[in-house]
Amino acid sequence: MIKSELVQIIANRNPHLFQRDVENIVNAVLDEISDSLAEGNRVELRGFGAFSVKNRPAREGRNPRTGDKVAVEEKWVPFFKTGKELRERLNR
Amino acid sequence: MGGKTLTRADLAEAVYRKVGLSRSESAVLVEMIIDEICEAVVRGESVKLSSFATFQVRDKAERIGRNPKTGEEVPISPRRVMTFKASNVLKQKIADAHLDRLGNSHDQPDDE
Repeated sequence: MIKSELVQIIANRNPHLFQRDVENIVNAVLDEISDSLAEGNRVELRGFGAFSVKNRPAREGRNPRTGDKVAVEEKWVPFFKTGKELRERLNR
Repeated sequence: MGGKTLTRADLAEAVYRKVGLSRSESAVLVEMIIDEICEAVVRGESVKLSSFATFQVRDKAERIGRNPKTGEEVPISPRRVMTFKASNVLKQKIADAHLDRLGNSHDQPDDE
């Protein structure tokens, strides 16, 4: 399923809304999650999962080809933990 | 800034604010969006939301684990798990926001 298909499904279930509105709604939800993560917040959606940002401290890495040491800077990466209910539903 | 936990209510508030539906209808739509994503994943479909992320289902084979307390070996049954892969747009956005907060410029070349 891609985003336009998700929009289509939601639009079909809400005939009083224009497809254009549904697209804005889906984008508003995804943007809100992205913006919150960028601000360093978590987003917890019970039954689905929780989005968070993890910090990877600076470390000394190596170029695997040459074996040279390289400094790897600290970074922040998005992370998702599947919620309990969804985990169970996947294995029913 | 940061350190807060947002919930469905905050997402509904964002829809209310940005799109102008009523608060109650915003909440219903947020729920519907989450439900449809869950349903697709449970059906085994991958869900690709461009410039956000991809959710995929993967089958894990049985493997031998260990009870960390007793050291006892226990079989871990085969299972289906969902994986999350953030898009480059989302990764970049988060990286840039943190660099900005440190007061660094992020237009220096990325040499990873």
